[in-house]
Amino acid sequence: MFPISDYKKATTIEEALALMAEDPGLRPIAGGTDILIKLHKGKPGYDRLVDIHDVAALSGIRLNDSGDIVIGPGTVFNQVIANELIQTHLPVLATALATIGGPQVRNMGTIGGNLCNGVPSADSAPALLVFNATVTLRSHTGVRQLLVADFFKGPGEVDLAPGELLTAITIPAADHRDHFGHYIKYAMRDAMDIATIGCAAAVAIEGDRLGDLRLAFGVAAPVPIRCPAAEAAAKGRPLDGELAERVAAAVLSDVRPRDSWRAAKDFRLQIIGELARRALRHAVMNAGGRLPCDRP
Amino acid sequence: MRQTIAITLNGSPRRFDVDVRQSLMEVLREQAGTLSVKQGCGVGECGACTVLIDDAPVDSCIYLAVWADGRAVRTTEGECRDGQLSPVQQAFVEEGAVQCGICTPGFVMAATALTERRPGEPLDRDAIRRGLAGNLCRCTGYATIVTAVEKCICREEE
Amino acid sequence: MAIGKNVPRVDAVAKVTGRARYTDDYHMPGMLHAGYVRSTIAHGRVTRIDTAQAAALPGVEAVYTFEDVPQTLFATAGHPYSLDPAHMDVADRLLLTGHVRYHGDEVAVVVARDRLTLQAAIAKVAVEYEPYPVMVEGAAALAEGAFEIHAGSRNRIGESRYQTGQDVDAALAAAPIRIESHYRSRIVQHCHIENHIALAYMDDLDQITIISSTQIPHIARRIVGEALGLPWGQIRVIKPYIGGGFGAKQDVVLEPMVAWLTRRLDGRPVQIDLSREECMIGTRIRHPFDIALRAGADEEGRLLAMDLDVISNSGAYASHGHSVAAAGGAKMRSLYPNAQVRYHAQTVYANIPAAGAMRAYGSPQVLFAVECAVEEAARRCGMDPLAFRLKNVVRPGDKDGLTGKPFLSCGLVECLEKGRALIGWDEKRAALAGGQDGPIRRGLGVACFSYASGTFPVCLEIAGARIILNQDGSVHVQVGATEIGQGSDTVVAQMAAETLGIPYEKVHVVSTQDTDVAPFDTGAYASRQAYVVSNAVKRAAEELKEKILAQAQYMTGIDSAALDLQGGAVVYVEAPERRVMLLGDLALASYYDKEHGGGQLTADVSLKTRTNAPTFGCTFVEVEVDIPLCRITIREICNVHDSGRILHPIMAAGQVQGGAAMGIGAALYEELLVDAESGWIYNNNLLDYKFPTPVDIPEIGWAFVETTEPTSGYGNKSLGEPPIISPPAAIRNALWDATGVKIDTLPLTPHRLFRHFKKAGLI
Repeated sequence: MFPISDYKKATTIEEALALMAEDPGLRPIAGGTDILIKLHKGKPGYDRLVDIHDVAALSGIRLNDSGDIVIGPGTVFNQVIANELIQTHLPVLATALATIGGPQVRNMGTIGGNLCNGVPSADSAPALLVFNATVTLRSHTGVRQLLVADFFKGPGEVDLAPGELLTAITIPAADHRDHFGHYIKYAMRDAMDIATIGCAAAVAIEGDRLGDLRLAFGVAAPVPIRCPAAEAAAKGRPLDGELAERVAAAVLSDVRPRDSWRAAKDFRLQIIGELARRALRHAVMNAGGRLPCDRP
Repeated sequence: MRQTIAITLNGSPRRFDVDVRQSLMEVLREQAGTLSVKQGCGVGECGACTVLIDDAPVDSCIYLAVWADGRAVRTTEGECRDGQLSPVQQAFVEEGAVQCGICTPGFVMAATALTERRPGEPLDRDAIRRGLAGNLCRCTGYATIVTAVEKCICREEE
Repeated sequence: MAIGKNVPRVDAVAKVTGRARYTDDYHMPGMLHAGYVRSTIAHGRVTRIDTAQAAALPGVEAVYTFEDVPQTLFATAGHPYSLDPAHMDVADRLLLTGHVRYHGDEVAVVVARDRLTLQAAIAKVAVEYEPYPVMVEGAAALAEGAFEIHAGSRNRIGESRYQTGQDVDAALAAAPIRIESHYRSRIVQHCHIENHIALAYMDDLDQITIISSTQIPHIARRIVGEALGLPWGQIRVIKPYIGGGFGAKQDVVLEPMVAWLTRRLDGRPVQIDLSREECMIGTRIRHPFDIALRAGADEEGRLLAMDLDVISNSGAYASHGHSVAAAGGAKMRSLYPNAQVRYHAQTVYANIPAAGAMRAYGSPQVLFAVECAVEEAARRCGMDPLAFRLKNVVRPGDKDGLTGKPFLSCGLVECLEKGRALIGWDEKRAALAGGQDGPIRRGLGVACFSYASGTFPVCLEIAGARIILNQDGSVHVQVGATEIGQGSDTVVAQMAAETLGIPYEKVHVVSTQDTDVAPFDTGAYASRQAYVVSNAVKRAAEELKEKILAQAQYMTGIDSAALDLQGGAVVYVEAPERRVMLLGDLALASYYDKEHGGGQLTADVSLKTRTNAPTFGCTFVEVEVDIPLCRITIREICNVHDSGRILHPIMAAGQVQGGAAMGIGAALYEELLVDAESGWIYNNNLLDYKFPTPVDIPEIGWAFVETTEPTSGYGNKSLGEPPIISPPAAIRNALWDATGVKIDTLPLTPHRLFRHFKKAGLI
């Protein structure tokens, strides 16, 4: 039995918003794979819930008229992974989500929950960051949209006001059409683990040059981040043996990993540089190019 | 905070009066009597409490019982029908995939989902391992469990 | 004939259908739930404890603190009782303590009607502490003037030494090749999937019944009696199916408390069901060892001498005392019997969770050190590490350097040769001979082990078996040996079927041990059961067979010496195809004949085993090392074992694969992290403690070299624990082979590889 002190069930978005407007202390629970664990551990602040598990309008994936991919935040990981639109247009997101937990957790946890939980290790974050994804936040009084990059405020903290609900994750058409990506999760185990470092890269190739690079990391800073210095260092460069080294060197000025009992800062820096090399190499391969590099 | 839920448990319609604070694991163990559902961690790390909900494996320890309302729940008790073990159960017995047995019901259900998901589609040992990655076993080193699942898939193909 | 066959495991169907009942499946109406209030610091004294708020919560039945419990110190180790006062286990525990000695120590216990109330009440017990100095390393606890974790102990639990040969120092001094190194292993935890759980209730005013997930029901009974000051006969311990133990349940952990609580609470049923987080710190861990090792070899590749100085960290409580360090040293002796060995070990207290028994009991730590040093000796001689081992390992006829007793069955050389072929050692070595310089490199490693089949002569080895002929010609076998997943019940059934001459399917094994009725046996540990129970079951089966044939003689007038029992029928010795009668008919007559003889035919044997059989094996491994990512991947691994005769090939392979997987976990993944200053434990859960998942364990090869052990009923020797021993050293040696970096501390996590690779200039 979980120490839940207040529980309201919503079956529509409007119902959920009304309940949260009436009582802003209520927290939404969708898949439960983060909140129920916090309750199990007796962590305070999670005992008053509005249950959005069965709000059908929050799940599902579609292409809108502009060709943007719109993901319902209540879609569970395995549904995102298996979705045809995602498989076709955004396979890197499927790759990233497939590294989360194990099959059971991926049948329960939701992509929106992964973002709202706000941890630096969220595996969905780097992949969404490199595709310039946005989040749509609705409340009883209005709606706003912001970049995923601006959604993360600090460890465990996101830009979600009381009474606000994440209702859509959108990947703009231009971004998913032109860029090809790759995600690498570095963890102590190959399943059921949180990322020590997560790295997503997305590239656009122009002939024998790198037209564009977008690079994002999880756990490399207090929040998931993009890497402007590394991206600038790579843009327009030839696809030669030097490129991966340039990126790996430049990325070190983008990141701010910390020392913790889970991993030391210098170790994380080593992994960050190395993942940058490898993610870049694979993203280039996925874009149909080739990058000389002695790494797998 | 009580609620009545209606679930199809191992093929039979059942109704339970539950507390909204209860996990599905608790209802299955304490009210439904399906004691095969084991608790090993309570936080979805070990998979011992794995059941199938609408044929998809979930950790019932971090799944609210009220969420099962209107859904079909399967546990390993229901896989054995008329005294006949299911193909997965039979393969576990034959391949030595059972030692202490506490993780076995969870593994049987995860494996059942895996073999049913794409019938006829071959799965290699690595894919089987990934399909079972949400279940921990401390006795077997997993090899015999993987072999049992492999055997079921091969039998299907025949 | 059932021995050596892959008969259906007796409990497999019960387990796949979910019908097998474990302790948590025994619910009683009105059962109360109890839980501990655990210390939030690693060392200190409780200065104030306020239970009023907790006690006032509706649904709370009782709150007891360390001030309320009996002040009789007791020992918890799952060892047989010793008549020799000098050999008694260290009694250093109370049910609760005001002097907390590790992060998570038990200062109070709350009893409530439901689990949710219990958790809320535990959180409401307010405790204040006076902190004491925290020592997490054995060396700190041994320092001159160190604060005493147990008053009067000087933080020392035990010490032992032995020496074989004439003069280890002289041999080392004269050795042309000398190795001196320091090897360390960190904390690993058993992680049986079923956490510790026990339930107690009373049927009358005196008798306490305990249902517990224990490997050692008969020992638990005695220790509960000692802890509560009650006659042992008043305690009844029932062991149902158990969800793994690996040694953590070869210790008495919850049983005295639930027994004490039910007595305090009018005999009402009380259950303690530890959470995973509690189980990982509040039960037992494997002892971390620090080993200073010196070894000497000559240029021809002869290992001359080894000198080991061991500090074994037992943590907050003595638990198994010095036995683990002593056993690890003793069992190593049979591996290289022609080298002189000096072994000195100390076991100490420190402010980490209490260490106890864990699969292979000290041998993994000691043999990691030995097999790292042997590797170094081989390489310094310029020899193939496998050739060096082949030259030095034990052979039949070699004698134990201390006792002078010869090793009777010993197939280690054959194991090494078999492993060499299986992994393709020579081909792979030749392929790697050119050297490597890329970011991804491969390496080969090998390591050996020796172990034993029980605890004799250090401890009593006793087994009990009772066989009853049923009316239908089947038999029930009852043993005190416990099934903990290793397949003990199945091999007992095979043994009984083999010797009685009845079909395996006609043998029913009573899986549950109930100390009121089960024959006496000290339980599952030391890989002893199949070895010590074999002679008891064999003798009981022989006695029952004799009675059956006597009954046949009585019924037919044919001399029993001319009769035999085969395939469930009485037949002629000279013409086994001629059936005299079916066993079922004989049994019916024996039970129900009004006039004569018979009755219920039974045999009941209690047997002390006064032998021990050393057992051997090795691990071969090929690794791939990703240097920039500081990661080891096992490409190929196999364990080869001499465990005497193999009783059940599939189950034997399961022991090897499971044990080797645990060894791989200890080598590459697992470490319970303790803060060096505060003693705080960071990762007592299955997310942060890296228990390998199905994708983390590689395919594990296995093979056996079958020998016949003459002291065993069916030629078999130990197998349950040994497979865990040699993988870590083999992997470490392969890492060295691949990268030139040798790491002497386990586990070989990416964090540790990073430090060493950096130091070596590889990254």
